[in-house]
Amino acid sequence: MRHLHRSSPSRKVFVFFNTLFMAALAFLCLAPVIHVVSASFSDPTRLFANTGILLYPLGFTLKGYEIIFGNDSLLNGYLNTIYYIVAGGLLSTTLTMLGAYVLSRKKVLWANKLMLFLMLPMLFGGGLIPFYLVVTALGMYDTRWAVIVPGAVQIFNVIILRTALREIPDSLEESAKMDGAGHLTIMTRIVMPLAKPTLAVIILFFAVNMWNSWFQAAIFIRTRSMFPLQLILREILVQNDASAMIKNSVDAATKADLYKPLVKYATIVATTMPVLFFYPFAQKYFVTGVMLGSLKG
Amino acid sequence: MRIPEIRKDWKANWVLYAMILPVLVFVFLFNYIPMAGILMSFERFSPKLGVFGSQWIWFQNFKDFFTSYYFGRLLRNTFLLSFYDLVFAFPIPIAFALLLNEVRNKPFKKAVQTISYMPFFISMVVVAGLLIDFLSSTGGLTAIIGKLGGPTGNLLGMPGAFRPIYVLSNIWQGFGFGSIIYMAALTGIDEQLYEAAEIDGAGRWKQTLHITLPSLANTVVIMLILRMGSLMSVSFEKVLLLYSQSTYSTADVISTFVYRKGLLEANYGYSTAVGLFNSLLNLGFLVGANALSRKFSSTSLF
Repeated sequence: MRHLHRSSPSRKVFVFFNTLFMAALAFLCLAPVIHVVSASFSDPTRLFANTGILLYPLGFTLKGYEIIFGNDSLLNGYLNTIYYIVAGGLLSTTLTMLGAYVLSRKKVLWANKLMLFLMLPMLFGGGLIPFYLVVTALGMYDTRWAVIVPGAVQIFNVIILRTALREIPDSLEESAKMDGAGHLTIMTRIVMPLAKPTLAVIILFFAVNMWNSWFQAAIFIRTRSMFPLQLILREILVQNDASAMIKNSVDAATKADLYKPLVKYATIVATTMPVLFFYPFAQKYFVTGVMLGSLKG
Repeated sequence: MRIPEIRKDWKANWVLYAMILPVLVFVFLFNYIPMAGILMSFERFSPKLGVFGSQWIWFQNFKDFFTSYYFGRLLRNTFLLSFYDLVFAFPIPIAFALLLNEVRNKPFKKAVQTISYMPFFISMVVVAGLLIDFLSSTGGLTAIIGKLGGPTGNLLGMPGAFRPIYVLSNIWQGFGFGSIIYMAALTGIDEQLYEAAEIDGAGRWKQTLHITLPSLANTVVIMLILRMGSLMSVSFEKVLLLYSQSTYSTADVISTFVYRKGLLEANYGYSTAVGLFNSLLNLGFLVGANALSRKFSSTSLF
């Protein structure tokens, strides 16, 4: 271990202040979350009068959670988001695997041309408006397809997975081929299990991105019953409209203005906590993902 | 490629081509057809008449845009948001990684690191919602800023406050996650280098200056070039969630303008033209960054 025998006084001062500074940064990251969680349990009248950042709840009430969970809006949003993640994830992962598998084969005459076909859109695209009109022309406007289908092939992911597949030694497949296995069998039984870490990274990023995404749904989906969580959130947080949440609760409706902040904070907690509880456990995959993303395919 | 070769390849690999076909169809539909859609930018496009039925007006949409009042403002806003983000937000993950790397207490280091990733996982909608809340006239941040002598009132409604809000919140969201790559580079440094320096009598500061920083330089250059390649692409979703009519003068960027003109006002031809201008600008920066990358590091982006 370096540095141990070299703890000069100035070093000690540095270590002290550095530790303090790091703790302060961590607090800065946490403070908004602490505020939101505290506020979601706070007594609405006291919350209304408060202007600072909260570090603990003012009083205690579950009223906010009662309102949001006593209402279809949020539960429906949950179900929709889960549906988009599962259905979109299956479609996207299947396509990514197919593309990556084929492009990782070494004796395919057109492989380089196909690769070029996939890479070109990464440099240049038609932009938002043509994309919007194409999706609409395909009849996907105001359907769940609009959230799942248009972004199903993430070209970058295909390239990352292809790079991982290229590193698998040929000998494994050769012996499978001898036994008469076809490409689909080789792909699903031999190649993909060996690329599990990369696949896990791709799927995790997909899930988190989908959980947090709102724009595609915002431009294509009009029917409220198909809204993902983030659109419900946007209604409350950005458009400042909690009426849909509050209206079902008679008692709350009469005091709508009072309960609005409570509903707002409780909704943030209910929609954000799943991801915040989950990511520390999957941290190593996200870190791998960043490293993969920074290397080129 | 000769015909017999193609035939032989098809015979051996037709299954593979069949497997990749769905992927090609998706890319064709959602990437290539929209690319062809830029034809609309040369038309007075009407959805009823379609791309081939609408009236061709060639460069009129572009002329309209370049001579409009908005052109200079949009270009300036887009560039400045990106530029300030590059200048202020880019170095912070590097500094953070260097300082965190000096922490010797493993559990503390790990905890700080994990916590610093957290803002990255909070959705843009929630971040925007929190900013709207904290920066409102009665918000917690507004109160603190007021006490420090700053402006009071709804800060998100002030044109002068938009850029700092955008950049500072970007820093909050990304500094921890952005440090991952630098932390990895730091752990990759050979411990023996430090030991040798120690024997030569180099102090901690000298070690940082002569070992740590040079080892990090390569990563920094690559990340900088990557960042330059996307210099004109601002976080469109964030601006869209945070701006309002009262802050258009500093907050309206090319992509939000395209969104308003195209999707809200259904002015398809014109907005496609503006979008094309944005794409070409991005492509220019990307190609430029790539050329830089070839020159200064052996890696290139494409």
